[in-house]
Amino acid sequence: MATHLSVPGRQVTTVLSVASGKGGTGKTTVAVNLAIVMSETMAVQLVDADVEEPNAHIFLKPTLTSSETVSVSVPEIDEALCTHCGKCSEACAFNAIMTTAKTALVFEELCHGCGTCRLVCPSGAIRERQRPVGAVEAGHSRDISFVQGRLKPGEVLAPAVVRAVKRQVDKDSLVFIDCSPGTSCPVVQAVRKTDACLLVTEPTPFGLHDLKLAVEMLEKLQVPAAVILNRADVGDGRLEAYCQEQGLPVLGRLPFSRQVATSYARGVPIVDESQTWRDIYQNLAASVSGWATRVSRLRRQD
Amino acid sequence: MVIAVSSDGPTMESPACPRFGRAPSFLIVDTDTGKHTCLANSSAMESGGAGIQTAQMLAAQGVNAVVTGNVGPNAVRALQAAGVRIYLSPGGSVKEVTDLYTQGKLTEVQGPSVPSHSGLGWRRI
Repeated sequence: MATHLSVPGRQVTTVLSVASGKGGTGKTTVAVNLAIVMSETMAVQLVDADVEEPNAHIFLKPTLTSSETVSVSVPEIDEALCTHCGKCSEACAFNAIMTTAKTALVFEELCHGCGTCRLVCPSGAIRERQRPVGAVEAGHSRDISFVQGRLKPGEVLAPAVVRAVKRQVDKDSLVFIDCSPGTSCPVVQAVRKTDACLLVTEPTPFGLHDLKLAVEMLEKLQVPAAVILNRADVGDGRLEAYCQEQGLPVLGRLPFSRQVATSYARGVPIVDESQTWRDIYQNLAASVSGWATRVSRLRRQD
Repeated sequence: MVIAVSSDGPTMESPACPRFGRAPSFLIVDTDTGKHTCLANSSAMESGGAGIQTAQMLAAQGVNAVVTGNVGPNAVRALQAAGVRIYLSPGGSVKEVTDLYTQGKLTEVQGPSVPSHSGLGWRRI
């Protein structure tokens, strides 16, 4: 559809999110193997924004050189100043504060760190304290600059960590942002304001169902999208028919392969051990580059 | 004593609800006079923090104790902060449960009986 190209954005297309809708379609496999072959001719950064379970490091085995804590603000209530008026608990969209006639209680794990409670408190009884929820780690693997986010186990504020990870994006490189599956908050945070999005999917009813959700999300976020079909020789033709109907370019069709599964299980990128697959990924890289150039050109014409 | 019994319906004959924060309503019963009113639980469908909001609502009604099937960790913390005692009931109608309370046959709990989000049933996370 035309709207996939006539969207606002930068005039160059270098920051590519890799998303899917359905889980287990091969986002990380595609991001890692594309990053490897493309880093042989240009500067490439791989950003693992699947902060609940970052796994690109298993394949890239990066040397990590820095780690920064990601924190969110949580309220601390000064009981000496608090009048228990209840304005903070009324204003809180996440039910993270309870006030009774005698006390005010903060439930930190429900707090999203928005700061509304402090703004509405008429007696200045609310201070903010930083609470660590995760970390951003950076380093390199081969010629690839590597960044990943990690959410602390038991925490729910994945978007805060995704935001912090994206601050490390180097727009002068070709950037692949590996997202989590689905279309919920962490994914929205990861794909928004990227130059374009590669949707890795498979031609099954599940793949198609979740791809539609992902495409709707990207339309709302005005991020141009293209599809990479993984395990392209299983399932049926409905997914490709949908792509055609929607005007979604299909940039590549990767065949189902046991060899890919076994190399994945061993944590080895398939382009490192199969010339056939190196050729497949080099072709895919060419078509991704070509599409990115077309997106940039159409934006310049707008 | 004023107690709040979690309930699936508006009358004393309605089934007592096994959930606390996600209970559709509460019957507020004055055990001294037998007078009772039904209070709809506006927090039952909250995406998170239902137990906390429910506790706050009941505390604002001046309830001394709640009688319910199960309570999670946040609800317990909220109820205790508000000075509301917590009793677990085995089920039955609101009237039966209230009678068990007045006969002193219910157990008072000091801690959660279930993990967070248990009242969401199949959506449990």
